[in-house]
Amino acid sequence: MADAQELENNAAVRKLKEWDPQAVAEVISFRDELTLVIPREHLQRAAEFLRSDPELRFTFLSDITPVDHFPLEPRFELNYHLASLERRDRVRLKVRLSGIDPAVPSVTSVWPTANWHEREAFDLFGIRFEGHPDLRRILLPDDWEGYPLRKDYPTEGYR
Amino acid sequence: MTTIETPVGSAKTMILNMGPQHPSTHGVLRVLLELDGETVVKAQPVIGYLHTGIEKTAEAKTYSQVIPLTDRIDYLAPLSNNLGYCLAVEKLLGLEVPRRAQYVRVLLTELTRISSHLVWVGTHAADLGALSVFLYCFREREELQKIFEFVSGQRMMTSYFRIGGLALEPPPGWLERVERFLNIFPERIQEYEDLLTKNRIWLARTRGVGTISAEDAIALGVSGPSLRGSGVAYDVRKAFPYSSYDEFDFDVPVQSGGDCYARYLVRVEEMRQSAKIVRQAMDKVPSEGPIRTEAPGIVPPSREEMKTSIEGLIYHFKIFTEGFAPPPGEVYQTIESPRGELGVFVASDGTAKPARVKVRAPSFVNLQALPKLVEGRLLADVVACIGTIDIVLGEVDR
Repeated sequence: MADAQELENNAAVRKLKEWDPQAVAEVISFRDELTLVIPREHLQRAAEFLRSDPELRFTFLSDITPVDHFPLEPRFELNYHLASLERRDRVRLKVRLSGIDPAVPSVTSVWPTANWHEREAFDLFGIRFEGHPDLRRILLPDDWEGYPLRKDYPTEGYR
Repeated sequence: MTTIETPVGSAKTMILNMGPQHPSTHGVLRVLLELDGETVVKAQPVIGYLHTGIEKTAEAKTYSQVIPLTDRIDYLAPLSNNLGYCLAVEKLLGLEVPRRAQYVRVLLTELTRISSHLVWVGTHAADLGALSVFLYCFREREELQKIFEFVSGQRMMTSYFRIGGLALEPPPGWLERVERFLNIFPERIQEYEDLLTKNRIWLARTRGVGTISAEDAIALGVSGPSLRGSGVAYDVRKAFPYSSYDEFDFDVPVQSGGDCYARYLVRVEEMRQSAKIVRQAMDKVPSEGPIRTEAPGIVPPSREEMKTSIEGLIYHFKIFTEGFAPPPGEVYQTIESPRGELGVFVASDGTAKPARVKVRAPSFVNLQALPKLVEGRLLADVVACIGTIDIVLGEVDR
């Protein structure tokens, strides 16, 4: 596990904190993977900064992974896995969302690939993405009831 | 019902529903096409017909029990999926895998890549009318399937990589079979190339078709051969090496065309490079040595130990009845699957079952680029474009 000093020196952490100290709520390092916890209201700005900053260049959004921590609050976590292809660097952005009306700004304007990832998160977790151009179910039929990957949805489905 | 709204006033377009039952969609992909004559104005992939809830099922299994599920995500490259998942859990546990097992893993995943690319070349060529290539490719693929069966006991649903190493000691004589395959394979690649690379029909159907720029490809998250066909030399094996790939000498083929032909050239060259890696792995892999790491309570003891020592028996029993509990935390492991960047996210809450398993399926993301490839082109090119991004619907829908 990297020590605190090392984390502060990481390019992404340093630049992001220089840019706006409010944008990073917490820095976590686990198994050599860096996670930045971003407050929901700063997500879109921080994403745009990480993508366009000439020193960081996190141009590749690998994945968006929602996690449900039911019955704990904040219930949902969204993990944005970013990669910089030139610098060979990875970082994970984490946004925590409450279980009551989970909604987060869409990052489709920053990374167009987020479109389907966000639709999948909406489909399976019921998380809404504000400003998404086409927020519909993607894997399940349009008339499906409930959000199957939530922890309070039984594995066998409702019968 | 999903519909495409037509722009008001343009009564000249029509909607054509392609799939989900269509031989060129490689499974159950449905594409809604808006056509103006024979030109595609808008395309919209509709997916989910093969959704089986693998990620939900994984949350109800122990960590080891998830491995057979990963085979079924991408059924043309089960070993790559096994590897991605095992590496993720090993990272979560902080396990080091013995060298011998790492080399065997590299060797077999590269054979998987060849096998998957063979299916791709064969079916893609068949889609575009070159039926004989399919038969040539499946001839070699059959040899590979026999090797997989010989080593793991299964042709397709191998589940051969386990957390901490391999399931079984590779059988005696397996390397000779791989050697025999490698001796014939280069000239066989030449045969496919003779049939296609300079074939005028093939060139007419693929060159300049389905072009995507490097910027667009990165923005859409495209990875693997589809990205390298657009001139971006991004390969997870080189950029973020795993499972001792940094010890191997190989090139990452890149083409700048960005069209179906460029992606074809990349994949053909990748088969040669994979054969090169397999050759190196054969020299590296020791004939003796452990195939599983020592981690009591996590990695099952050998058969011998389980039968003769009381600790071995207890651990064996505990692992297969209640599993093991990794420390709480989250990891994201990426590997280069035949289709691109395969990411596996595993979150542990400290219990014996994963709190969350998420697979970043390269096919799912690459398929998102399909409208970009086909819009403005002829209907016949849709078939070429679906083929060229090499989707496996099991992986798209999971």
